[in-house]
Amino acid sequence: MEQFDDVIIDIQKLSFSRGDRAIYKNVDIQIPRGKITAIMGPSGTGKTTLLKLIGGQLRPESGSIFIDGKDIPRLGRRELFEMRARMGMLFQSGALFTDISVFENVAFPLRIHTDLSEEMIRDVVLMKLHAVGLRGARDLMPSELSGGMARRVALARAIALDPDIVMYDEPFTGQDPIAMGVLVNLIRRLNRALGHTSIIVSHDIQETLAIADYIYLISDSEVIARGTPEEMASESSQKVRQFIQGLPDGPVPFHFPAADYQADLLQDS
Amino acid sequence: MIELVARLGRTGLRKLEAFGLAGIILMQSLIARPAPTVMFPLVVKQIHFVGVLSLIIIVVSGLFIGMVLGLQGYTILVDYGSEQAVGQMVALSLVRELAPVVTALLFAGRAGSALTAEIGLMKATEQLSSLEMIGVDPLRRIIAPRFWAGFICLPVLATIFSLVGILGGAFVGIDWLGIYEGSFWSNMQNSVDFREDVLNGLIKAVVFGFVVTWIAVFQGYDCVPTSEGISEATTKTVVYASLSVLGLDFILTALMFGDI
Repeated sequence: MEQFDDVIIDIQKLSFSRGDRAIYKNVDIQIPRGKITAIMGPSGTGKTTLLKLIGGQLRPESGSIFIDGKDIPRLGRRELFEMRARMGMLFQSGALFTDISVFENVAFPLRIHTDLSEEMIRDVVLMKLHAVGLRGARDLMPSELSGGMARRVALARAIALDPDIVMYDEPFTGQDPIAMGVLVNLIRRLNRALGHTSIIVSHDIQETLAIADYIYLISDSEVIARGTPEEMASESSQKVRQFIQGLPDGPVPFHFPAADYQADLLQDS
Repeated sequence: MIELVARLGRTGLRKLEAFGLAGIILMQSLIARPAPTVMFPLVVKQIHFVGVLSLIIIVVSGLFIGMVLGLQGYTILVDYGSEQAVGQMVALSLVRELAPVVTALLFAGRAGSALTAEIGLMKATEQLSSLEMIGVDPLRRIIAPRFWAGFICLPVLATIFSLVGILGGAFVGIDWLGIYEGSFWSNMQNSVDFREDVLNGLIKAVVFGFVVTWIAVFQGYDCVPTSEGISEATTKTVVYASLSVLGLDFILTALMFGDI
């Protein structure tokens, strides 16, 4: 386990549960500044929950989430909203506001958090839309966009304020191969060009391995492995190999727990 | 038996919890509203959405209810030779009861369900979360303007309903059934009191507007963000809002007119 030189998000002994089900138990995660960190794991392990915890939308039962030394769950409302201005989040569904145009969607965070003149806002919005290749689509409504385009607009909105941290919630899910390639490239290019810290939550192994600098693998409410993509590929643990190689059966069983097959079939209904 | 009591208790607690949450949402959207410059255009937009677009159904229903009242009133009153009292009957039943109640019921069906579905869909498509992450409180930005719009619109709609209904009654009574115009209007003017009738009717409309919109925005905000959840929340809005309006109407009527 390596130590990072410069940690921007430091999660210590985090526990969180939904009802009776523990999502996280005493989890420690460090996110290095300026890098792309991927949080991976099977569906339903609460990866999206982690992003909501970092964004302060959910409160953990115990543990701390430090961003640059500030403990998110203990911030007041105002401080939390100030902190969120430093974060951009790309939601799984894009989450564009459906009643305003593409241009207004990207302009929205600027109008909320800055006093820029209308001309400046126009310039910034066009720059952000140009970066995702959709400057020409600025007058369209969100309902007129394809899934891939909507996600790119949402990405432009997420980076509108030049945030320090950009969080991607399942950015590749449900995208065709071309849109997926475009997104992979965009995420990498934007990260290098703007120098922000990226956190990707995903279970698309190939795409994520290709762009991540560092990977956490989460399963059964714990971090079961962490390392660079090369380290992960050579990991010997059965569980990690099953996930990385996408094997249908292994420590994570293919069958949902059930009675003996033969006995079940022979049993009278 | 014990099981039954326990279940009753659990259900009671859940209802109480939901009620508390609804109260918190109400308080936060009323107190913590954004600057007037931001709020004003948002409220105007919502007034257009819940008020102006409900006009047609309100006007048409008001007209027909007024006409039916005129017709029914005439057939009964003509037996006693007092058909000139039709104007008074139409105006009083509309202003006191029918306008606020029917408007509120139509409003719950037309605008309340739309509010619930819209807010529920915003929740399902993560628009509410995304507002929060941008650093905007969805209660202020989404819930509060809709709440104010409903609150402002319902009394206005109820007044329009009364006006159109009276015109409908007059059309049937005077132009069709031949009641003498002068006695129709003068009877109405003599019997309708501003404070007793018009003001009390308006108070009812204000209360209904408050309750219907509150239920609608709460159901939307609290719904399970799936397609079944949204359809259930929309149904609940219409059912709860209609029942609350009818129940409250009885209480308000008892308070306003009970002592005579």
